[in-house]
Amino acid sequence: MEAVSDLNVAAVREDFPILQQTPRGVRMVYLDSGASALPPHGVVEAMSTYQETTHANVHRGVYATAERATFLYEKARLDVGTFVSASHPADEIVFTKNCTEAFNLLAQSWGEANLGEGDVVVLSEMEHHANIVPWQQLQARKGFTIKFLGITEDRTLDLSNLDELLDGAKLLSITATSNVLGTINPIKELSARAHAAGALIAVDGAQAVPHETVDVTDLNLDFLAFSPHKVYGPTGIGVLYAKREHLADMPPFLGGGGMIKDVRLDGFLPADGPQRFEAGTPPIAEAVGLSAALAYVSSLGLDAISAHHRRLTSYALAAIEEQLAGKVTVQGPVDSPQRAGVLSLTVDGVHAHDIAQVLDTYGVCVRPGHHCAKPLMRRLGVNATARASFGIYNDVDDIDTMIEALHATIKMFA
Amino acid sequence: MADLEELYREIILDHYRNPRNRGELEPPATRTEGFNPLCGDEIVLSLLVEADRIVDVKIAGSGCSISQSSGSLMSAAIKGKTVEEARALIGTFKQMLSLGDNDEVASDAEPAPINLRSLGELAALQGVAKFPVRIKCATLSWNTLAQGLDESGN
Ligand SMILES: Cc1ncc(COP(=O)(O)O)c(C=O)c1O
Repeated sequence: MEAVSDLNVAAVREDFPILQQTPRGVRMVYLDSGASALPPHGVVEAMSTYQETTHANVHRGVYATAERATFLYEKARLDVGTFVSASHPADEIVFTKNCTEAFNLLAQSWGEANLGEGDVVVLSEMEHHANIVPWQQLQARKGFTIKFLGITEDRTLDLSNLDELLDGAKLLSITATSNVLGTINPIKELSARAHAAGALIAVDGAQAVPHETVDVTDLNLDFLAFSPHKVYGPTGIGVLYAKREHLADMPPFLGGGGMIKDVRLDGFLPADGPQRFEAGTPPIAEAVGLSAALAYVSSLGLDAISAHHRRLTSYALAAIEEQLAGKVTVQGPVDSPQRAGVLSLTVDGVHAHDIAQVLDTYGVCVRPGHHCAKPLMRRLGVNATARASFGIYNDVDDIDTMIEALHATIKMFA
Repeated sequence: MADLEELYREIILDHYRNPRNRGELEPPATRTEGFNPLCGDEIVLSLLVEADRIVDVKIAGSGCSISQSSGSLMSAAIKGKTVEEARALIGTFKQMLSLGDNDEVASDAEPAPINLRSLGELAALQGVAKFPVRIKCATLSWNTLAQGLDESGN
């Protein structure tokens, strides 16, 4: 087996005890990091250490443990802000429940205050439902228009009518990387063109943040949402980055404790900054786990991680082309460097669920279905794909096993 | 691997590749749609019920081998049966998958003994019980049938 990258995958694998599990009696081949990445030992340990030594509610107690819990929670905010290169890392990160809630916050707070009849929001046909449905829900109340950027035959974004769509738009809300096609979108260009048209830009970083450096300052993003559990962190916490000037003008999202300056019987005064959007007890242990996850990813280096994903993707694409051409179709750009470690596969005459079922007996974990992107599936003319997505712990052995299992699938259903 | 062969029995693969009673019927036949949002399976069931008997049935739709073969096997099993017999078959089929009457979740209770022979070829779907996620695929057409029988006033 030839080495595939600067990442020392064998050493990385040591950090993931879960990979030693053999639920099917064979080596676990985890190719579902796009749905949720496995947490390394350090993340689990940071969370349990916190739970066993420091647990307390934040922003309330004055005793030492509560102070320490508050410190760790706010440090997580700072770590996330630094990770995405926010200009004001302590003031521009809001913790939510997941990436989906981040978009709901954006729509119900910023959208509620800024969108009305005659306004336009531009999305794309390759969005996850998380960046479609919240806008549609708001649209039903506020009556603005939603326009969609299309995709081309080579499964990249169709930019031919971008300026037309952006004309008069207030917001372009778009994914940096398709969770189905693996397509990496030209966010810097989109950001510049949205701003030139007078629109803001919100980016769905769910698939991009685990794959490459996302620098909100360099990209000049107004908003960025992502899910820590796809970046080797825990579930139960999400991130919304928003420029400080936007947060200052946005009305609260959920109401309750923690998000107020004052409450009287006849009304309330909302808190400033990120706290305004964090009603109730936040995910504290999860924030601690997130800090550990980002430190872990940074220690490996996002450049090495991207290069690793790219090599695995090229290896898999070449193997499919060589051994399974005409039988297995890759739904997405096939030979593009602008591609993340996501491979959506379809096999003629075999449903994605059946592919995934056979792969499971080889220990190969892939995801069948529509991947919460039904408009895109309709555009591709398929009702489901089997999606393999790569993480830092995958190696070419994993891909070889997947290819072997695909052969078996075809044989079974032929 | 043994489980997999139990899941994908030859009969199932045959019904998946060559579905029986494929298509749709014109009114007065009733038309009922069923969806499994999990994997996007879709079933369109056309039923022609005359004098309490299912005189014709057609199945359209798309989905995985389990949902589609289950629909095909079901159509062959219920054609010509009375409504009462079809309803009883729904019960027996779900029992085979360790499901209660309205229950989508396999129960822990000791399953009542069922007469597998009364199920004929449908018994081939027994292996699905070992794959909890796929049970919804196997029951889709049966739940659609129950709904269709209700809608056709039976
Ligand atoms: C592109 C994209 N956006 C949004 C989400 C939603 O993430 P979550 O389910 O963690 O809210 C996902 C993952 O499911 C995704 O891949």
